[in-house]
Amino acid sequence: MNDLRYSEEHEWVAVGGAVATVGISDFAQEQLGDVVFVELPAVGTEVSAGEQIAVVESVKAASEVFTPVSGEIVEINAAIVEEPAGVNGDAEGEGWFFKIKLSDPSELDGLMDAKTYAAFIKE
Amino acid sequence: MPGDIIVPLKTTPLTELHRSLGAKLVPFAGYEMPVQFADGILKEHLHTRAAAGLFDVSHMGQVTLRGGAAAAALEKLVPGDLQALRPGRMRYTMLLNPAGGILDDLMVTRSDNGLFVIVNAACKEADIAHLRAELAPSIDILPQVDRALLALQGPKAAGALQRHTQVRLSDLRFMSSATIAVAGTDCMVSRSGYTGEDGFEISVPADAAVVVAESLLADPEVRPIGLGARDSLRLEAGLCLYGHDIDATTTPIEAGLAWAIGKRRREEGGFPGDSVIQRQFAEGTSRVRVGIRPDGRAPVREGAVLTDKDGAAIGVVTSGGFGPSAGAPVAMGYVETAHAAAGAALHANVRGKPLPARVADMPFVEHRYYRGPAATQG
Repeated sequence: MNDLRYSEEHEWVAVGGAVATVGISDFAQEQLGDVVFVELPAVGTEVSAGEQIAVVESVKAASEVFTPVSGEIVEINAAIVEEPAGVNGDAEGEGWFFKIKLSDPSELDGLMDAKTYAAFIKE
Repeated sequence: MPGDIIVPLKTTPLTELHRSLGAKLVPFAGYEMPVQFADGILKEHLHTRAAAGLFDVSHMGQVTLRGGAAAAALEKLVPGDLQALRPGRMRYTMLLNPAGGILDDLMVTRSDNGLFVIVNAACKEADIAHLRAELAPSIDILPQVDRALLALQGPKAAGALQRHTQVRLSDLRFMSSATIAVAGTDCMVSRSGYTGEDGFEISVPADAAVVVAESLLADPEVRPIGLGARDSLRLEAGLCLYGHDIDATTTPIEAGLAWAIGKRRREEGGFPGDSVIQRQFAEGTSRVRVGIRPDGRAPVREGAVLTDKDGAAIGVVTSGGFGPSAGAPVAMGYVETAHAAAGAALHANVRGKPLPARVADMPFVEHRYYRGPAATQG
């Protein structure tokens, strides 16, 4: 188990002070299969929790990525745009999508911890 | 939902084998079919192009038409020249409706006493009903429900199959068929497929299907491949998927399948929609199926609207995705004929954004069919 927080849309959030890192869960990458394309929001974009702000596509299908938290995008992971397979390789680490400056840290309370998420995806 | 009748999914003689090999099984055309195995679609696709892949396509319909006049009889329903087929040779053709639209596409093999046809899984019940309604009663229509169908595809397919049969496979060239003992069971083996690679389709009695499949899979060069890679392989090969790239509203001419209509049939007609097809041969069509290569890396998928530089709709994508061997997104679809020249610039609308793309020649990956020893050396 880890310290990540998870959304029902299968994104994870890692909090480090005012800036959080967001990606898709290992479960999500496995369901998607081989990732061949990632589209990320522009740095500086203001986003609201629940908004669709990124796209991840596998050989099979296109999938929307929602931000589980609100704030300003401060950094994106150019490495996965260049090498989308990196999402499959390490979805909950090196395969992160974007970093966001939280405007409402209380939103984190609505997310699941790793244990709850593990139970959620078994349902 | 209340009122819905739950129809259990059908299985094939290989379903349990797939499960034991770690397949992800999904409903497809009423069957429980493997969409992928543990390797995943990308690796399965690349393995097929590099070595050999074994596909279970037992969901497809296999039908024998018995009777000396079967070829002439079936010609009343399809535009292919079947009477010119010699025994052991096969041809790609389509069942047409009176408007020249495609009811199904099929492979027809001439045997000594009739024809053997393979039709799409989703169409097979309708096809058989159509054949029963339209063919003369002297032609016996015999669905081969007790047979499985395997496809072994890839540059190492011939070597792999050769290890399980005494028959010299170098004598069996593309679009030919023979009865061949494979792993001790007589099978109808054709040199054909749906990947653009050399390979075989093996029609095997259901009770021997597992033995034949396991014998082939014992070879480390042969991996089990799911329907996901089957789709990406055929897309790169520029081959149509029924219900997507062709259907009852598209004609063979619009679909770029005029090559499947021989000169005699073109001139004589005598098939459903012949006047429409003959007029389209003479005058052309207002739309045509083309290959499409997006400039960027975003896959362009079925349903994406194609627009010209002014944003006017000029067509629609009917199949598309990432081509693992092409290393890029590839697609096909219909465009207005004025925009159909290779290299023509257009836009594919994805998630509300017009992405630049170009009309491209197909196939996206070169076909590597086996046309005989001389052709291989030359």
